[in-house]
Amino acid sequence: MLLDSRQVRKMISSYVGENKLFGQQYLSGQLELELNPQGTLAERIRAGGAGIPAFFTKTGVGTVVAEGKEVRAFDGELYVMERWLKADLALIKAWKADAAGNLVFRKTARNFNPTMAAAAKFTLVEAEEIVEIGSLDPDAIHTPGIYVHRVVRSTINEKRIEKLTVRPREAV
Amino acid sequence: MPWNRDQIAARAALELRDGQYVNLGIGIPTLVANFIPTGIEVILQSENGMLGMGPFPLEGEADPDLINAGKQTVTALPGASYFPSVDSFAMIRGGHIDLTVLGAMEVSAKGDIANWAIPGAMVKGMGGAMDLVAGVKRVVVVMDPSISTAHPKSLSGASCGSREPAWWISSSLTCVSRLATRFAAV
Repeated sequence: MLLDSRQVRKMISSYVGENKLFGQQYLSGQLELELNPQGTLAERIRAGGAGIPAFFTKTGVGTVVAEGKEVRAFDGELYVMERWLKADLALIKAWKADAAGNLVFRKTARNFNPTMAAAAKFTLVEAEEIVEIGSLDPDAIHTPGIYVHRVVRSTINEKRIEKLTVRPREAV
Repeated sequence: MPWNRDQIAARAALELRDGQYVNLGIGIPTLVANFIPTGIEVILQSENGMLGMGPFPLEGEADPDLINAGKQTVTALPGASYFPSVDSFAMIRGGHIDLTVLGAMEVSAKGDIANWAIPGAMVKGMGGAMDLVAGVKRVVVVMDPSISTAHPKSLSGASCGSREPAWWISSSLTCVSRLATRFAAV
């Protein structure tokens, strides 16, 4: 939506391969793109949430990713310095939330969600289900409520599958 | 005849060893799961956040919340675990994954892998490939015949990093005659 109305000036991402509109706008110079290795992106966000301004990783050493960045040797191997990444607003999709903002994600939908929830000034959560305080097992909470500022219940619970891949039953 | 995608994947699968933690990239590498040799059991990691990934679900049993890094619906095997992507890459960078199979458009003699952009023409992004190249113990590279022949030698600047790959398989035009019957091994 924001791409359609040309309201995105810059994107920091690791993979944009399947968005044609994005590709067009980037290649024609209308949109700034900073590509990060996915693990570096995840760790930058984690560092942002954890108050760590920079860290060293061996990912990207010797490639365009390391250009203009400090490279330092530790125990004989080269590492590149990466900076933290923080946001003003995080939009998070959770499976279950309680009124205290505690979140539980489901299966591989956890992804970047708990990391990003911790790295924004304001974290808005869309939850499939909002439950009573006390009904989530404290041992099973993925994101503690301290990182969450607002929870809304999802009104569209039909989940779309981008790439449905199945085995036919006969083959079993 | 150059090898087709399945044949390339089947050859890559011969590199797997029993008990390994393995990450398969998108494309031909994903097909490697279909050709794991009998008697060998590996644990597949999907870098979006799971260990113990199983085959595609049966018809009617796909779960939108259970997908691989290529966004395909998958299943979880007994003993599987889910975690956030940041932990997934800690496993990768931290040297806990034994082997990865990655697709590449170009591979240099010293083991640079180019697979995420064609300057001026196409940009997809490196995804997790650079982290895998940097952190996984053994890197196996397969080349998609269609991509590598469409854009030969045009990828400088899009490298994922230098790393001696275990070996690579290619059926690009320049090597077809040689690779139709055997592998380029480095």
